[in-house]
Amino acid sequence: MSDFSFWIILKNLLWATQWTVVLSLIAFVSGGIVALVLLFMRTSQIGVLAWPTRIYIELFQGTPLLMQLFMFFFGAALFGIEVSPWIAAWLALMFWTSAFLTEIWRGCVEAIPRGQWEASDSLGLSYIEQMRYVILPQATRIAIAPTVGFSVQVIKGTALASIIGFVELTNATFRPFLVYSLVAAIYFCLCFPLSWCAKRLEGRLNVAR
Amino acid sequence: MSLVSIRDVRKSFGDLEVLKGVSLEVKKGDVVAIIGRSGSGKSTLLRCINGLETYQAGAILADGIEVGGLQTNMRELRRHVGMVFQQFNLFPHLTAAGNVMLAPTVVNKVSKKEARELAAEMLAKVGLSDKIDSYPSQLSGGQQQRVAIARALAMRPKVLLCDEITSALDPELVNEVLRVVEQLARDGMTLILVTHEMRFARDVGTHLVFMHHGKVHESGAPKEVFAAPQTPELQQFVSGIG
Repeated sequence: MSDFSFWIILKNLLWATQWTVVLSLIAFVSGGIVALVLLFMRTSQIGVLAWPTRIYIELFQGTPLLMQLFMFFFGAALFGIEVSPWIAAWLALMFWTSAFLTEIWRGCVEAIPRGQWEASDSLGLSYIEQMRYVILPQATRIAIAPTVGFSVQVIKGTALASIIGFVELTNATFRPFLVYSLVAAIYFCLCFPLSWCAKRLEGRLNVAR
Repeated sequence: MSLVSIRDVRKSFGDLEVLKGVSLEVKKGDVVAIIGRSGSGKSTLLRCINGLETYQAGAILADGIEVGGLQTNMRELRRHVGMVFQQFNLFPHLTAAGNVMLAPTVVNKVSKKEARELAAEMLAKVGLSDKIDSYPSQLSGGQQQRVAIARALAMRPKVLLCDEITSALDPELVNEVLRVVEQLARDGMTLILVTHEMRFARDVGTHLVFMHHGKVHESGAPKEVFAAPQTPELQQFVSGIG
């Protein structure tokens, strides 16, 4: 292959990288919002709220992301609903992300000592108020590192979106070996700083209390 | 009418019955000291009064509110019943003032400014005016417990429950907390304390309750009960402490 085509390919891939970043961001942010709602449901003592959440989480954690993408893209078509690859990729990644983030954050909430709940209970705070003013401010500290760490999984998850024809990094050109090596390198460049960040945050927050 | 009325309350954890029919009447201004061995049910009883624990039979009325009923407004109940814990349970992300201000602003909808004044007043009451902006991690155990007392008082409760509030403290820090509680008693605050401080129970308490195997085994005026325990269990308990 000539140098010329190498640069063309790289240029195209870098151009396509933006879609990876956009899809990752949208999936991560919207998934995070859904996860926050689910977190309140999951950690409430109210059975009718907690149980459906558990099932939801088991469902999205227990099936491959690839299957979920298929379900949203091809599955919706079976019901006569036209779903663009964009929407399908976003929805699948959002639900998948929310399930994992809910469980990560639930662990952080449960790491807060029971005495904090009892003290705020005794002061008359409602469940939402306890979460808002007492539990979440403390849980956020411990949640930052694993959350950043998980964002790496979301970015890598976007690679699967190529299968349903969503034009992002893995699907922009057609020279398998070179392309996929470059793709891997670009994904690594996106993910490595985040992993590194997560590690550092973990170390720092462990020292801090 | 009693401020807190406990009638034949029974509670089990699984197969283990920890309260086997406890009755107790507490009037306004009473200082009730509950003593007994660990496992006698005294802490559980205290935690039932503000609904931290549920009970299976009997009834508890606190300031006329039935505790643990299906229709009970727990928020209303807890505005009237304060609690201080063995482990302080201060909110570590908030300053002393922040700890005291939280419930007044969130639950009672007091303005930030008023709440801050209230916090200053309450922290002065427990002798911590100079620590108003300190975080719990910057305070000694005794100071933390005094902030916890100020936090409970800021809701202006009608009765304050104290659950072994000096048990987690180093010996030299116990007195500064007891002095605060003593002052509260003198000011007429109704107190129910689970305690291991026998001298404090005798000197400050108006009523003494000795719990044994989930029941009120013996009770009465502290000085008389300590001077002449009627039951062998209390005699043993008192002499065992020395």
